[in-house]
Amino acid sequence: MGETRQEEFPPLGLNVPEPEVRPGGQPDFSKVQIPKAGSVRRPPVEVDPEEIRDLAFTIIRVLNRDGQAVGPWAEGLALEDEELLKGLRDMMTLRAYDARMLMAQRQQKTSFYMQHLGEEAISCAFPLALRQGDMNFPTYRQAGLLIAAGYPLSTMMNQVYSNEKDPLKGRQMPVLYSTKEFGFFSISGNLATQYIQAVGWAMASAISRDRKISAAWIGDGSTAESDFHAALVFASTYKAPVILNIVNNQWAISTFQGIARGGAGTFAARGLGFGIPALRVDGNDYLAVCAVARWAAERARRNLGPTLIEYVTYRAGGHSTSDDPSAYRPAEESAAWPLGDPILRFKNYLIGRGIWSEDRHAQAEAQIMAEVTQTQKEAEAIGTLHQGHHPSPRDMFEDVYAEMPPHLLRQRHEAGF
Amino acid sequence: MPNMSMIEAIRDALDVAMGADERVVVFGEDVGYFGGVFRVTAGLQRKYGKTRCFDAPINESGIVGAGIGMAVYGLRPVVEIQFADYVYPGYDQIVSEAARIRYRTAGEFTCPMVIRMPSGGGIFGGQTHSQSPEALFTHVTGLKTVVPSNPYDAKGLLLAAIADPDPVIFFEPKRLYNGPFDGHHDRPVASWKGHDLAEVPEGAYQVPLGRAVIRRFGKAATVLTYGTMVHVALAAAEESGIDAEVIDLRSLMPLDLETITASVKKTGRCLVLHEATLTSGFGAELAAQVQAECFFQLEAPVRRVAGWDTPYPHVHEWSYFPGPARVAEALRELVEEV
Repeated sequence: MGETRQEEFPPLGLNVPEPEVRPGGQPDFSKVQIPKAGSVRRPPVEVDPEEIRDLAFTIIRVLNRDGQAVGPWAEGLALEDEELLKGLRDMMTLRAYDARMLMAQRQQKTSFYMQHLGEEAISCAFPLALRQGDMNFPTYRQAGLLIAAGYPLSTMMNQVYSNEKDPLKGRQMPVLYSTKEFGFFSISGNLATQYIQAVGWAMASAISRDRKISAAWIGDGSTAESDFHAALVFASTYKAPVILNIVNNQWAISTFQGIARGGAGTFAARGLGFGIPALRVDGNDYLAVCAVARWAAERARRNLGPTLIEYVTYRAGGHSTSDDPSAYRPAEESAAWPLGDPILRFKNYLIGRGIWSEDRHAQAEAQIMAEVTQTQKEAEAIGTLHQGHHPSPRDMFEDVYAEMPPHLLRQRHEAGF
Repeated sequence: MPNMSMIEAIRDALDVAMGADERVVVFGEDVGYFGGVFRVTAGLQRKYGKTRCFDAPINESGIVGAGIGMAVYGLRPVVEIQFADYVYPGYDQIVSEAARIRYRTAGEFTCPMVIRMPSGGGIFGGQTHSQSPEALFTHVTGLKTVVPSNPYDAKGLLLAAIADPDPVIFFEPKRLYNGPFDGHHDRPVASWKGHDLAEVPEGAYQVPLGRAVIRRFGKAATVLTYGTMVHVALAAAEESGIDAEVIDLRSLMPLDLETITASVKKTGRCLVLHEATLTSGFGAELAAQVQAECFFQLEAPVRRVAGWDTPYPHVHEWSYFPGPARVAEALRELVEEV
């Protein structure tokens, strides 16, 4: 071994990464490299993953600062005007829904809520890549999948309120939605568990010679969980027809993304060691999200295996209603986020395309809020966390097993139901 | 009717299930081409193809998690954890996910899967190849937990587990894998005691989950046990000359409380026996249930015999293992108590 003795070096010290700024400091995103919209190439879906390693370190963007859709990822999107307008409406609905539910939580009508502010484009655009029967394995901030798929807002509210019409019978915390029909697998509070489940679901589709694909969802912080790595091993080994989504919104509660990412350049780069094609995309760009998701979905449908996508975005609100972001980051940071607001950017694109206007936008905003508020009133008339009609406590004992075993039946009787 | 070892019976169950239902898939570490370290799945890949029986990466959370995804899709996965001692990396997927999916989705998504794992000691496996972690699973609502004690039950219980709509933890006592056991490590025996339990019917049959069976009838005391310890209990009853009734629980969750209480009410004395460590073991649950249901018929406190509260030692495993001598002594003390 070497001649040098350890004593000749200074003592070791632990590296604990820190964000660029803390409260009181000036927000600084100067290190976020943002390529020009339209500047990143679009490879064929059959591409050898080794040939596109660079796409894990750039950002695919479609909408430029002038509100135009440019570059190779914009070509071939072929979205009809109606689809585009629906996309805007989906994002606006999600934002209005968030605002009302956040308020409802502050009014103690529910225990908890998580909003999507700034991340609406990701979950609202992604369903454009899916077909009936495909399955999402979501985490906390993908309610746009439901809204875009036409799941009733009233049912979502009933879930948040745990009232009598909550399809989950008041067993899950608010926002942990679930619906088979709309391709939305149940959300778990134990993070990252769904990631490997999504891979298993996709493997099952392949084993069954089916045509369905699945989509796994995770936040930047949870990529540190072992199940994220388990999922990548399995997806890569069996070339499962799955889209592995990472929503990098910069913050895991109060922990900045550098803690989970460590020394890696990007989260997308995690896919490279597994031979999984990895793309990084502007998560605040509705069209870029749609284009990249469709690319990945086509790969999966052609049996070319998994794709990993990192959506670069920013969580403009708190992690949840229990969080206080002002305690760990500058208040101005969300406004300084260089990729802008997804709704504003998409609105400008539609105006530039000549199918939307500021007036119509203001009108739509008021109309959507009125509709959401009306739906909220109807949901609240059924019940909220502390008032109105709730599922029967008798239901508490159901669905533990397909058939209630004797000991549980005894306990139900003991409880008086 | 062919005679089978427990390994052959379990393999036969998998063969029958895979032959009858294309949704049944088998995977885990080394289970494909090689057929598993205990060769339980030998030949299944050749017969059913490599997409229905295949090797998995060494990642227990991945194995269980992927199995959950498959079950949610609509397949009937049977996954193998190479040793029960290795299940802990997959524990979160089992207890927080598989066990709760039906409940948290109000029945819309379900998770019909079987998680098989060799458990228990008696093969010089040391402290990482000998554990009996059943109590960690019986404590979890939403799971069913099964431990067979002979080839006939192993096949019938496994077929019932695969057909079951809920996730089932299936422990395979590896001391019993290759042959019957009379409770003494140095005394092999020619046949399974009590019945000719090595005779395993061809084709499909089920041993229902949640039903115990009386392996030996007696009037002086009841021994509640399962898995390898059934054979220890039978040997101890013979050795001690005590007219003990031995109940093979087979299924720990759901538990056949009816058979248990009928026996204890008859004998008035109860010994709980398991190989897992004593403290907070499944025997504590059995003792509590018996006390609650049979208090006025009990003529002595419920006794427990179990593995010591230490990790499983390699060289001293026969001192750790609750053998017939310890059980016989406990039985004598139990019947002598006034």
